[in-house]
Amino acid sequence: MNIKKTFAIKGMHCASCVYVIESALKKVNGVSQANVNLAIEKATVTYDPEKVTDEKLMSAVANVGYKASIKEEIETEDKEKEEKQQELKKLLTEVIVSLGLGLLILFGSFPKLSDFAPVILKNPLVLLILATPVQFWAGSRFYRATIPALKHRTANMDTLVVIGTTVAYFYSAIVTFFPDVVKKIGIEPMPYFDVSVIIIALILLGRYFEAKAKAGTSEAIKKLIGLQAKTARVIRNGKEIDVLINEVLIGDVIRVRPGEKIPVDGVITEGESSIDESMVTGESIPVDKFRNDTVIGATINKSGTFLYKATKVGQETMLAQIIKMVQEAQGSKAPIQRLADLISSYFVPVVIMLAIFTFVVWYVFGPSPALLFAILNTVAVLIIACPCAMGLATPTAIMVGTGLGAEHGILIKDAQSLETAHKINTVIFDKTGTLTKGKPEVTDIIVLGSGSWVMGSKKTQNSQLITHNLLRLAASLEKGSEHSLGEAIVKKAEEEKLNLKKVNNFIAVPGHGIEGMIDNKKIFIGNRKLMMREKISVDSSEDKISQLEQEGKTVMMIAIQNSQPSTHTPELLGLIAVADTLKETSMEAVEKLNKMGIETIMITGDNQRTANAIARKVGIERVLAEVLPEEKVNEVKKIQAENKKVAMVGDGINDAPALAQADVGIAMGSGTDVAIEAADITLINKDLRSVVSAIILSKKTMRTIKLNLFWAFGYNIILIPVAIGILYPFLGILLNPIFASAAMALSSISVVTNSLLLKKVKI
Amino acid sequence: MSFDKVLVIVSGIIGIVFTYWFFLAKREKVTEIADSSVDIIVEGGYSPNIIAIPKNKTTKINFLRKDSNDCLDEVVLGDFKIRKKLPLNEKVTIELTPKKSGEFTYSCGMNMYHGKIIVK
Repeated sequence: MNIKKTFAIKGMHCASCVYVIESALKKVNGVSQANVNLAIEKATVTYDPEKVTDEKLMSAVANVGYKASIKEEIETEDKEKEEKQQELKKLLTEVIVSLGLGLLILFGSFPKLSDFAPVILKNPLVLLILATPVQFWAGSRFYRATIPALKHRTANMDTLVVIGTTVAYFYSAIVTFFPDVVKKIGIEPMPYFDVSVIIIALILLGRYFEAKAKAGTSEAIKKLIGLQAKTARVIRNGKEIDVLINEVLIGDVIRVRPGEKIPVDGVITEGESSIDESMVTGESIPVDKFRNDTVIGATINKSGTFLYKATKVGQETMLAQIIKMVQEAQGSKAPIQRLADLISSYFVPVVIMLAIFTFVVWYVFGPSPALLFAILNTVAVLIIACPCAMGLATPTAIMVGTGLGAEHGILIKDAQSLETAHKINTVIFDKTGTLTKGKPEVTDIIVLGSGSWVMGSKKTQNSQLITHNLLRLAASLEKGSEHSLGEAIVKKAEEEKLNLKKVNNFIAVPGHGIEGMIDNKKIFIGNRKLMMREKISVDSSEDKISQLEQEGKTVMMIAIQNSQPSTHTPELLGLIAVADTLKETSMEAVEKLNKMGIETIMITGDNQRTANAIARKVGIERVLAEVLPEEKVNEVKKIQAENKKVAMVGDGINDAPALAQADVGIAMGSGTDVAIEAADITLINKDLRSVVSAIILSKKTMRTIKLNLFWAFGYNIILIPVAIGILYPFLGILLNPIFASAAMALSSISVVTNSLLLKKVKI
Repeated sequence: MSFDKVLVIVSGIIGIVFTYWFFLAKREKVTEIADSSVDIIVEGGYSPNIIAIPKNKTTKINFLRKDSNDCLDEVVLGDFKIRKKLPLNEKVTIELTPKKSGEFTYSCGMNMYHGKIIVK
């Protein structure tokens, strides 16, 4: 069976290239067709997989002077991984060699310890021979980083290490070769190779652990990428063929068997199954899916076999979008980082200036031997300073935090949103679709009057018929509406198998209701506001309406204008009550937020009584009812004006402005693209408890960042003065450069490790 | 005060002034990007390290890392929400279509090396 493969071609520049490559591909034994597209620089080849391999295709293209990137993605990933591993291996070798040689040097030169060392190890020349490879081989990475940086007139941590260790090394070399000269200026000719070598060894060791730990901070993205299926079983021309995931096209019908990964997003066309979506949504319970239900790529089919039609492929799939969003969030900058940015841009030059200052002060005012004190303390200042810890403090925590969120179905748009979320003290919930399931059902149909309104000439006393007529009238009009309450009425009419009537002049009045002409009579369906606008009295039915509203139901009033021309006030025909059920998680989410001291508010277009009834059920005290869609944003502004940090949780198009206005907009994953686009955080798991989790995640991430910054700044602020020798006049304390290097190495590791601890946090 | 001490003090002052001048008082040279594409060499920093690009137009910024220093193996354009790996000796293209003007800094993954994008 032949398969088709599309891959990128590099190096094409003209139409003749197309011909050359096509000819070369067609010559490969087993290739039946080859088309090359110059515009998109891609080749599509149909071939027999038993005869043709990727290597053969790549080699055919390479032989005519171009490059086929069939395995490019896999290669890039592998290459990066391999490069990283090789780098780590090289680093480890350097660490082992420098630590080994460093310990020998320490044994031969450290006071008291050297008493036990063999004579040969005490020979300065031997120490020089042992120190040289560490300084210029293992330490070459520091020089390689410093020299080009200096060309750009910039300095970094490597510059400090280079200056510090080079000073120690060359001082020791001078002592080794010219001991008499050193003695003449009153200094014991003792080399300090142990200082230069151990500093390099410890800093390299620190880098090794730091590199390993840093890899853990970006694990979430790797995990997400790893979720993707590699192939899909596509039905083309009546045959099932396995194709690579990037070759699946929109509209392809794909078969998925039990235990298999769903390759791309789509809609089930045949069969049913239970699907584990936990890897994408964080929802642990498998979801039952039937015909016309959507399925998400990268989720796992648990039980049945089904066919589905691909609706989103490549970069459009939900997984690809999630990856993109997490990558963007991890690349963004938190406002708290700005200070660290500012400081780090001046840090290294300032440390160099402080080191020069230290040398001068110790040389001029220090005790004898002043030169030795000056050199050792200068080296300590250069080595103790650790700008890396400051640079790593915020981004590593943001990377782990956003990754952790994604694993729990909480997508954070950027670092700023994550930072702001910890300050939230008020959460406004949209009612429909957010607190409730958003799928209201008709609960009551109440006909008012005697039924004289019945369309047509005959009157009827049959109550079911009257009810049906009212429902038919309402459903006919609501058919043109997109409102969820209208859908409930249409659905009810469908269930009752009612034939709907033709509607003319349909008008939707946002926040009020709808109106239209049926059988030349004007019909109104809506809330009190609509009735008031049309001057329709509802006084006689007020008791019934109140009762329904107190039960948390939304009452829709239906009125008719019988006479033509419309000189008479329309008459109220009846009421249809619709109720939307609360989501199972709403109460728990609200309760948790209230316990955290966060005020919860419900916002809805419903009237006050209905809204209050629902709010009571869910545990919300403050209710903003009868709010028109366009007024939601103003309500958010009003609450912000009370000095509140507001999170708005919603899902509809009409929530988008309010989501954008709120300090943190939280969209439900089931919501519209517009809402998700406007939001700062998207809950793909559709679980309201994740609002709580998102706030906890933000709090924990910010705590980690603050701790990291405190440690990174505190470390430098405290230890640099100690290295300068500020404690020496009072306590006689000086910082040995070797300890300085150990502390420096530990500072970066501790910051990265602290960020990694976030992974253990329960949200 | 002995001569050597005077010499050390004078050298120290010169050293501090020189360090300030060398690292902090350098003149920033802005490279104007006219043809919607720019190559930035990543070696001991970013060269050119300050570029000016137009607003609302797409500019391709091609980073080519020639420096094996780990610090530079990532570039972070925080204001544009971009964090990209820069494999050694491989061109990595970032497309920017800035919507607002201003000065935006970027850095290596560890915030050691800095560059600037000026959107006009």
